[in-house]
Amino acid sequence: MIAAVSHLGTVLAAGDFTSPRVDYHALAPEIVLAAGICAVLLIDLFVGEGRRWITSTVAGFVLLGAVIPVFTLGVIGSDIRSMFDGRYVVDQFSLVLKALFLLVGYVVVLLSTNEIEEGGYYQGEYYVLLLSSVLGMVMMSSARDLVSIFVALEFLSIPAYMLAAWRKRDAKSNEAGVKYYLLGVFASAIMLYGMSLLYGITGTTKLTELGAKITATGHFRGAEALAVVFVLVGFAFKVSAVPFHTWAPDTYEGAPTPITAFLSVASKAAGFVALVTLIYVAFPQAKDVYQPFVWVISVASMTVGNLLALRQTNIVRMLAYSGISQAGFILMPLAVAGTGDSAESSLRAVVVYLIIYAAMNLGAFAVVIAVSRKTRSGEITSFGGLFSYAPGLGVLMTIFMASLAGIPPLGGWFAKFGAFKAVLEAGNGWGYSIAIIGAVNAVIATAYYITVMREIWMKPVPDGDITPIRTPGAVQAALVITAAATIVFGVLPGLVSRYGNLTDLTGAFGR
Amino acid sequence: MLVNNFLLLGAVLFCIGVYGVIARKNAVMVLMSIELILNSVNLNLLAFNQLWAKDNPGHVDGNTFALYIIAIAAAEVGVGLAMVLLIFRNRKSISLDELSEMKG
Repeated sequence: MIAAVSHLGTVLAAGDFTSPRVDYHALAPEIVLAAGICAVLLIDLFVGEGRRWITSTVAGFVLLGAVIPVFTLGVIGSDIRSMFDGRYVVDQFSLVLKALFLLVGYVVVLLSTNEIEEGGYYQGEYYVLLLSSVLGMVMMSSARDLVSIFVALEFLSIPAYMLAAWRKRDAKSNEAGVKYYLLGVFASAIMLYGMSLLYGITGTTKLTELGAKITATGHFRGAEALAVVFVLVGFAFKVSAVPFHTWAPDTYEGAPTPITAFLSVASKAAGFVALVTLIYVAFPQAKDVYQPFVWVISVASMTVGNLLALRQTNIVRMLAYSGISQAGFILMPLAVAGTGDSAESSLRAVVVYLIIYAAMNLGAFAVVIAVSRKTRSGEITSFGGLFSYAPGLGVLMTIFMASLAGIPPLGGWFAKFGAFKAVLEAGNGWGYSIAIIGAVNAVIATAYYITVMREIWMKPVPDGDITPIRTPGAVQAALVITAAATIVFGVLPGLVSRYGNLTDLTGAFGR
Repeated sequence: MLVNNFLLLGAVLFCIGVYGVIARKNAVMVLMSIELILNSVNLNLLAFNQLWAKDNPGHVDGNTFALYIIAIAAAEVGVGLAMVLLIFRNRKSISLDELSEMKG
């Protein structure tokens, strides 16, 4: 025993281990979230059954509290805070996305409050898992290493699998959870195989070194192409791009609606953050592999998502396919991300699209939640005559649908404008062809968004029940936030394009 | 000993795992197939770590990565088995073919 201890002493003395410098200010959002998760867990333990709603309030405050250090970091300086040998980086790009994830989390808490309280679900655990998932996303935006990207991905996915299956005794919710889980784990296993090949080729897991070494031999070999494609497939699943989208409609329909909103916005955005980080930091030399791959899945997502959305009768399934098609539009600029001047405008287009898409899609789900509290139905026809008895919700849904369709002056048009501008700037056949396909799809998409508007404004109320809808305060707050964001980003696009202006991105990534 | 042998074994395990996920209809068998893929990844990482540590004895990146995968795979399978239990309680079956409540 003593010998063992003294041996340990010599090992420790001989090792040249120095503790890594930890920048607590830069890590403050993560620390606040982690402390908040513990707090919610303890509060849930000690308050009585009737007062469990406190957990929802606390979760909301934790998310808003975590936004404060993000803002102070953004205000204090534009210098890049790099930790752990450049494997965890807090720069402007990650700060913008951290703020997005935290605010999306807050809106989802607002949407959940009444739904979860009245549904008789386990409340404390629900918010613990929601906060854990948000923490994983916040980590994802700073991760610059294969290991931390993998850990962040699982951190955000595992709680999401459980949340999708949250209604324990409902067969649909079980099915939603199992489908999401099996396909999610399968995709991350394939991604890991790609990562192991990447590590084998380059001998490092740090993205910046990986990006420098991936073509050290001067030409691309089969193993490298396979590795890049496998890694991208893992995230294509996360963003529900065709042909990795099969889980999305079923999971969205079966999961509790606030979780559907969360998955369709935050989880998708986290997948895009990882895709962007990998494409810009690790694979800049691999553009001959990733550009055609992204081109194909982007075109497939837009087209297949749209065509299937056209024939949906359930509003949540329609929004699921619309989300697949929107993912195609967000992927569009990445298909030319390596071509000359369009690198920067592609990145800006993706970030801006993610912010605006979050606002308008969350808003649409907020209206769906508010309306289904009365109609108890998920059919598009249940929106019939909404304007006659709930004019506020009718107008808001029209705004969100018009924004998703990309009609000016709402946020959605600016997002699409940025995406088209980026692909046209590439100035080659790939860019022009995807722009044409995208334009055709934008027109097709308008059709199913207008179907919803027609129900709201022109159709009679299906069951003649015109008692007004009583929207809870929390959902009203969520509607105000998302509607304000959707309109403001459309009228004053400079507000959001400034955040996408990441000229020092390559510097920010430490290259 | 050549590192190729381990990589070949890893590739074979990976293919068996992918085949299992696609072909099996039993939820537990699918979970086991996913475990096979994850283990092929671990095998790859450890083999590559040996390769890169030859010139640089302090190199443990691959070994560390494998440890993370083992830990997280355990958490993942925990959740997966809980879900399989859930569908078994509600349906008295864990066949994935019968999970077709929603269509379209």
